[in-house]
Amino acid sequence: MTVEKATWRNKVGLAQMLKGGVIMDVTTAEQAKIAEEAGAVAVMALERVPADIRAAGGVARMADPLVIEEIQKAVSIPVMAKARIGHFVEAQVLEALGVDYIDESEVLTPADEDFHIDKHAFKVPFVCGARNLGEALRRIGEGAAMIRTKGEAGTGDVVEAVRHLRRVNSDIRRVLSAPEEELMTIAKEMGAPYELVKAVREAGRLPVVNFAAGGIATPADAALMMQLGADGVFVGSGIFKSANPIQRAKAIVEATAHYDDPDVIARVSRGIGEAMPGIAAGSLRDDERLQNRGW
Amino acid sequence: MVIGVLALQGAFSEHLDVLAKLNIETRKVKKPEHLEGLAGLIIPGGESTTLGRLMTKYELFDPIKDLVQRGRLALFGTCAGMIIAASEVVGYDQPRLGVIDIAVRRNAYGRQIDSFEADLEVPAIGGPPVRAVFIRAPYIEMVGPGVEVLAEHDGHPVMARTERVLVASFHPELTTDYRVHEYFVQQIAGK
Repeated sequence: MTVEKATWRNKVGLAQMLKGGVIMDVTTAEQAKIAEEAGAVAVMALERVPADIRAAGGVARMADPLVIEEIQKAVSIPVMAKARIGHFVEAQVLEALGVDYIDESEVLTPADEDFHIDKHAFKVPFVCGARNLGEALRRIGEGAAMIRTKGEAGTGDVVEAVRHLRRVNSDIRRVLSAPEEELMTIAKEMGAPYELVKAVREAGRLPVVNFAAGGIATPADAALMMQLGADGVFVGSGIFKSANPIQRAKAIVEATAHYDDPDVIARVSRGIGEAMPGIAAGSLRDDERLQNRGW
Repeated sequence: MVIGVLALQGAFSEHLDVLAKLNIETRKVKKPEHLEGLAGLIIPGGESTTLGRLMTKYELFDPIKDLVQRGRLALFGTCAGMIIAASEVVGYDQPRLGVIDIAVRRNAYGRQIDSFEADLEVPAIGGPPVRAVFIRAPYIEMVGPGVEVLAEHDGHPVMARTERVLVASFHPELTTDYRVHEYFVQQIAGK
């Protein structure tokens, strides 16, 4: 009996099991329990939610292993955690802790301004952010088994999430409609590995699961991203920076599952209290835009 | 024959794709009215806590349980779907159908880094072994009367059936070997 551990199918497969679900940012075991109770498919353990990272400034790093372990003990759903871009030792630590997925994330301060982590070198799967197909395929080429469109984390403004998902979709349509002989030039222009451009063409979609992230704050935001073709959503600051996290979390879970049913979205959106305060993404300076991190 | 796939959360599109390859008519099931006239229902892999919450909220447990117990609906649960189908989940009091008398242990092989693939001998299906993909998988810890074990891995049952219910710890929808789905359609839903 040939047993193989941590295969590519295992890595991509976990993300497939999360589809149609909501992954919630949490900073404590107590928040993790609330997320699980509300129906989250996974939690993302981090020191501060993106809105607080923005407010605090300074250097944002991997969460304290103690906090991650407390969260792992508190819930039975998968626990993800963020490592800085290029910080392969933070990733090694997270793998040693046994987290279920690592997010090599632009929300934290990058540790390397030229290179991302060699994600094939790890048994634990990785998710990475992308704003377009080329960026998504570069990350997959490095070993990412799941993609999230970046949006603009910590703003509560969905506009960038929409922009990035629409951009990935239109890039995919271009690959699908182009004649074969144009694929190499498309790969060159997108800065994407040629073999993966061909893989997109064969599959008719991104070869891994793609969740939307960065600015989702309401049930309608989540359903919008699902109707635009996201496989699921990440909600960062949107839940625990809102007036009533439990109710909002449950409402976003239901709206994501029933994204094509406006009656359900209307019902769950009713009277759930104030959303997170929010910052218009368009008002941010270029150096304040987390989405520009990643190469 | 129409086979439904519970489409609230999880890998439901993969099951729909396999059934389409087998030329079977399918339907996504999100609400009780979608169950009408189905010969079988697949509960996919996903997160069992999320599925349980949404199935409770949208009142799917009672009608599914009733149809299966009256022999009107065949059920196939993979991974989280097996947990939802089981009569007991070791250590957790989570919502479930209880339509197959098994005790299931969640995340029985450990965390994601312990997820694996293995060749499984499944005599009921015959032919070469099934390449089984296990992802944070459960296994069956105890089997009650009337439950037939179809495959084991490392000493624990990972696939079992009754007359109308099939469960598997692994994910046949993630491979291009469709024999497990064919078995469900022909030997359980088709009876």
